[in-house]
Amino acid sequence: MDKGETLLEHMERQGMSRRTFLKYCASLASLMALPPSAAAAMAEALGKARRPSVIWLPFQECTGCTESITRSHSPSVEGLIFDMISLDYQETLMAAAGFQAEEALQNAMKENYGKYVLIIDGSVSTGMDGAYSCIGGRSNLDSLQEAAKGAAAIIALGTCASFGGIPKANPNPTGAVPVSDIIKDKPIINISGCPPIPVVITGVIAHYLTFGTVPELDKHGRPKAFYGETIHDRCYRRPFYDQGKFAKTFDDEGARNGWCLFELGCKGPITYNACATSKWNDGTSFPIQSGHGCIGCSEPDFWDAGGFYKALSTPANPLKYVAAAAVAGAAAGVAVSFANRARKQKAKSEHETATTSDLEK
Amino acid sequence: MNAPQRVVVDPITRIEGHLRIEAETDEGGKITRASSAGTMVRGIEIIMRGRDPRDAWAFTQRICGVCTLVHGIASVRAVEDALKYEIPPNAELIRNLMIAAQYVHDHVMHFYHLHALDWVDVVSALKADPKATSDLAQSISNYSKSSPGYFSDVQKKLKNFVEGGQLGIFSNAYWGHPAYKLPPEANLMAVAHYLEALSWQREVVKLHAIFGGKNPHPMFLVGGVPSAISVQGEAKTGGGQSGTALNLTGLQIVQNVINQMREFVDQVYVPDTLAIAGFYKDWASQGEGLGNFLTFGDMPTKTMWDTDSLFIPRGAILNRDLSTIHPVDLHADGEIQEYVTHSWYKYSVGDETGLHPYKGETELNYTGPKPPYEHLDVDAKYSWLKSPRWKGHAMEVGPLARVLMLYAKGHEQTRELVGLTLNKLDVPVQALFSTLGRTAARTLESKIMADAMQGMFDQLMTNIKAGDIRTFNEKLWEPSSWPKIAKGAGFMEAPRGGLAHFIVIEDEKIANYQAVVPSTWNAGPRDAMGQDGAYEAALKGHVLHDPKQPIEILRTIHSFDPCIACAVHVTDPDGEELVKVKVR
Repeated sequence: MDKGETLLEHMERQGMSRRTFLKYCASLASLMALPPSAAAAMAEALGKARRPSVIWLPFQECTGCTESITRSHSPSVEGLIFDMISLDYQETLMAAAGFQAEEALQNAMKENYGKYVLIIDGSVSTGMDGAYSCIGGRSNLDSLQEAAKGAAAIIALGTCASFGGIPKANPNPTGAVPVSDIIKDKPIINISGCPPIPVVITGVIAHYLTFGTVPELDKHGRPKAFYGETIHDRCYRRPFYDQGKFAKTFDDEGARNGWCLFELGCKGPITYNACATSKWNDGTSFPIQSGHGCIGCSEPDFWDAGGFYKALSTPANPLKYVAAAAVAGAAAGVAVSFANRARKQKAKSEHETATTSDLEK
Repeated sequence: MNAPQRVVVDPITRIEGHLRIEAETDEGGKITRASSAGTMVRGIEIIMRGRDPRDAWAFTQRICGVCTLVHGIASVRAVEDALKYEIPPNAELIRNLMIAAQYVHDHVMHFYHLHALDWVDVVSALKADPKATSDLAQSISNYSKSSPGYFSDVQKKLKNFVEGGQLGIFSNAYWGHPAYKLPPEANLMAVAHYLEALSWQREVVKLHAIFGGKNPHPMFLVGGVPSAISVQGEAKTGGGQSGTALNLTGLQIVQNVINQMREFVDQVYVPDTLAIAGFYKDWASQGEGLGNFLTFGDMPTKTMWDTDSLFIPRGAILNRDLSTIHPVDLHADGEIQEYVTHSWYKYSVGDETGLHPYKGETELNYTGPKPPYEHLDVDAKYSWLKSPRWKGHAMEVGPLARVLMLYAKGHEQTRELVGLTLNKLDVPVQALFSTLGRTAARTLESKIMADAMQGMFDQLMTNIKAGDIRTFNEKLWEPSSWPKIAKGAGFMEAPRGGLAHFIVIEDEKIANYQAVVPSTWNAGPRDAMGQDGAYEAALKGHVLHDPKQPIEILRTIHSFDPCIACAVHVTDPDGEELVKVKVR
């Protein structure tokens, strides 16, 4: 970074003391299930950084992912875009339009070449020379290839960008593909979900910006911290599954008592996401808690998996009863899931000490 | 004086989806013809063919993540209409509460986060005197956050942000354009409320989370609602460890949300709208467009089939004539029809003919320029949106249409609110038919909805206390109980206007599915008769002060609250044609 102020300077000018800043770093570290020593490294890295540039391009999308990020409680969307990152292109929120918007995009890509984080929501249409989805007269395919060149890393936000999502559902009328089918030479983090959980989005962005490294990913390119366990494993209704107590229809006695929704088609056993632990909307609920089975929206090709009300044909793996699930279900918040994960896996020290140069990678 | 030219705005930002406007101007910068183009298609209705109708809501819901529940509701209602599937009163109440909450949430976010920056100059707020801002705020509202210190903090934050040199989402905008008329103090107040609204909105969506498990994209269910009510049996104690989210704790959260919604609408949104509108009265006489308005109606107090019981009435108004409300029949072949004359689709009966959605057909037929392109050929096909028409008329849908319908039907609170607003702004009733009228109607409607929510919630509580906790009717859940062929229309009033889904079910599967969507009515291209769509008509006559900074276009387009992913939809009753689509 050759100009501008650092994040610490920025926060100090916003009235935040150094002590508060350190506390902020500590809570971020805890959110990420990192050892306490990481907080110091984080503080040092963040203290030096100019707010990193983030460029967000919307392709074949429904804006649900944008809406979801605005629902994040910690960090909040305003905390994120005004204090932590410089959101230099985001069509739903940006003031500029038309020519000026395109210019803002070009400027941001030029000024931050090699350093910016590129967020993509929506799938990429490859049919009809890209004419199925255009912005400013250019195909999404074209825009993606250009923007990816100068990106330090790419976040594929939502199931459409991660796996193709609903546009790719059979028969895929527009030749929709995920970002990873097009871009092969950049680190890509998939944050799947339709949409992804708000705090998962902001958490992963904060992680990348803090450490400049891609978090540990699963085989589908998703951060293990959030996608490491099935919803079923952490569901507060899991004890009923283990006891063989199932709701047989919606609104029967079992449904009212919160019994397991397995027989009503719940896809929790095969779905990797943090819904059961972090829950939604500040820990208010999640689909199963509100009486509907999980539809599996963070998994590849879940749209074509055979119907949302069809019970999984084979019983879920007979996993042992997870005592922590009830606790995690009650105490909402990502921190709890991270903490549990941290206990199970021990705090991983694989994250190298972050430096300014890491952030600029 | 400028040479006649074509002004292209693409992307139109601060909307949902991908919209392009091409406006042709004369020497005086006046728009003589405007063309509205949706530039993204996914083909969701093609994807739905052959699937379980009970799954349809989840697919159609992903049409749009902004008005995140509307396509889910319209879809379950379409299936229920086809099967004559009745749902319990509690389910209807819960759906109504969710719909009303969507209005209030969506409208507030539209006003502050999508539309405000057309009227509010963020940079000018730096020049405001916090004390004078506080005086202004306190003169229009008793909202608690209105002290000089509060506004001074917001201003300091903003100043630091700007001085940091990284403007992010505020960079490269039209700041300083002479069309911005607010004094610095009003700008600062609006910026403060931009931030307040961001934090408010994530609280009030908790209502959707209680009933639907999450927001965006809450869960729905054909035959009722998924959230069983846990106030008896093992779950009667509530508290989240047993039962569903809809227990006593959850119901309390719903009540809190209703309170928060009413407070924000009454103390912030309504006063801000009136204060800002007072500086832009010149926009009360332009941007009307068609003068034809259509509503399908919503919020049944009995059932969806009893259209007289709809809180938002159904009807059509032609040529601003509020004395005559024309009846509307969704099922009648000759009433609602869609045209593709200027849309990138092909009809087997010829592209000049309109088709009722039950017979709706579409084949992707892109004939536009190969990207990258400078201009579209707006005399030929130029959009992925179709052109819906009612009895051949181009119609506007949305908050203005609904407020006019309630007004024309004599709804007391609406008449009172409209009267107060016109009075306060000192403008005639014709001012409703304008860009400003559309924006103000959205605000008034939010108040009507927020207030109505309390009554719905009270009714729900009364039912529960009386022992009626039913939320789902099991009777027709199993597809084997369905007729071999059934068709139905599910309608609702989405925040952006009348929405209808049409489904044809054959052998327990979706044979045909079509969504006729608010932004298709408003943003669609010209039809076979050459009639403009609502956006196109509304832009005509606007004078662009500076064609390089066409803020006038943004103001009127944003007054409709575009939702373009919604508006683009595709049905293909003949899947064979799909193989023609070139897919690489």
